[in-house]
Amino acid sequence: MSLSVKHLLGIRDLTRQDIELIFQTADQLKEVLQRPIKKVPTLRDTTIVNVFFENSTRTRISFELAEKRLGADVVNFSASGSSVSKGETLIDTVNNILSMKVDMVVMRHSATGAPHFLSKHINVPIVNAGDGINEHPTQALLDAFSIREKLGGVEGKKVAICGDIMHSRVALSNIYCLKKLGAEVTVVGPPTLIPKHIAQALDVNVSYDIKEALAWCDVANVLRIQLERQNMPLFSSLREYSLAYGVNRQLLDSLQKEIVIMHPGPINRGVELSSDVADSGQSIILDQVENGVATRMAVLYLLARKEPVFN
Amino acid sequence: MLKHFVLKSILTDRQLAITIDRLSHQLVENHLEFKDTVLIGLQPRGIYLSDRIYHNLKKLLPGTHIAYGKLDITFYRDDYKSDKGLQAPNETDINFSVENKRVVLIDDVLYTGRTIRSAMDAMLDFGRPAAVELLVLIDRRFSRELPIQSDYTGKTIDAIITERVKVLWKERDGKDEVVLIA
Repeated sequence: MSLSVKHLLGIRDLTRQDIELIFQTADQLKEVLQRPIKKVPTLRDTTIVNVFFENSTRTRISFELAEKRLGADVVNFSASGSSVSKGETLIDTVNNILSMKVDMVVMRHSATGAPHFLSKHINVPIVNAGDGINEHPTQALLDAFSIREKLGGVEGKKVAICGDIMHSRVALSNIYCLKKLGAEVTVVGPPTLIPKHIAQALDVNVSYDIKEALAWCDVANVLRIQLERQNMPLFSSLREYSLAYGVNRQLLDSLQKEIVIMHPGPINRGVELSSDVADSGQSIILDQVENGVATRMAVLYLLARKEPVFN
Repeated sequence: MLKHFVLKSILTDRQLAITIDRLSHQLVENHLEFKDTVLIGLQPRGIYLSDRIYHNLKKLLPGTHIAYGKLDITFYRDDYKSDKGLQAPNETDINFSVENKRVVLIDDVLYTGRTIRSAMDAMLDFGRPAAVELLVLIDRRFSRELPIQSDYTGKTIDAIITERVKVLWKERDGKDEVVLIA
């Protein structure tokens, strides 16, 4: 019993068996988190560094809690305030950290492919906590885990991923993960925010009509507009985006059924999602955050075995 | 059903039932009303024994509430980094505190004692018990790697290191039997 990979760089590299193994492990770790003492000693001889070259609230705290609750020692590194600003390279930075006897790296980077590049130059397991516009694998795992928990399974479920598909690593990882688990996926958003040929490349449905997509789906995963990654205007204003693609109570009430609402956070309230929807009973946004710790614990548990890792 | 060669039968289905009955009576002898006693079966294979004992006790003591849980020790093992490979975790289901309780840990085979060591670690995360006892179906004596002994024993056997004791359960393996395999 083990994963088919040495690193978690993306859902693209995982098999369906890998994902199911992570979920089965996460089920039991979630129980640990309900105990009076929410901690097990499994990784007490493991030191993990969280290397964050990009801002994060949830992912970083979630990883740190996951590491601590598995008994690991944790070091945090953020690019701001470090010697990166003095011109140190990525490999040098990480190798310097590793020479202080660190056993595992969790990394977020604004450059697409940064963890893949790093994995060719260091020999400890790497967990990708988000790389540019490529993948955010642990987010996709916790999203699918939350769907499985809420609806009893992922196979055959219809999931609409709404918003900025073009710049969202959450969208790409979610598509890979959901497709591997047998779900149907529709991406919906303005044409400028949906990559060309995505329907053929990733075998998803494409819609430009939010109401049509919501009427079709069981679950809507609503994404944030990634303004920090857009270097040209792709829609006229946030207000207009919100009017055309925002998910609000009126829109949901016009459907003939109750769908599950998800959001990976951070929410821009009133833009992609209205407050009354985000805080309603059909939203599982905070369950997603809770499940993030258990799924990340499962990933770390399954990758952290002290075997020599060679590339 | 078994990939291994069966050397001999240690307990037949009838002997197994009698042994489990005896162990249940011994528990009643020492714990009477089970007021401050909790039973904890160890995953994955100890729970079949603990299920049988729990149902026996319900029959012996009708109307008595007996606290019963199942404990998985995967995350407490001392061989996580060894060559044995990763273990798949099983369900832990303990919906009570063991604080000041008399805990009876139940497992099928006592061999090196390492599982019980892990189980005691795991159990302590649910409180500080007043006392802990160990009940096992089979005790492989002279093979302990830790100073751990059982308080209730179904049968004590001698087996060499290359042999394995396998407890078969009707619910899982299709028949009740304890066998020595190689």
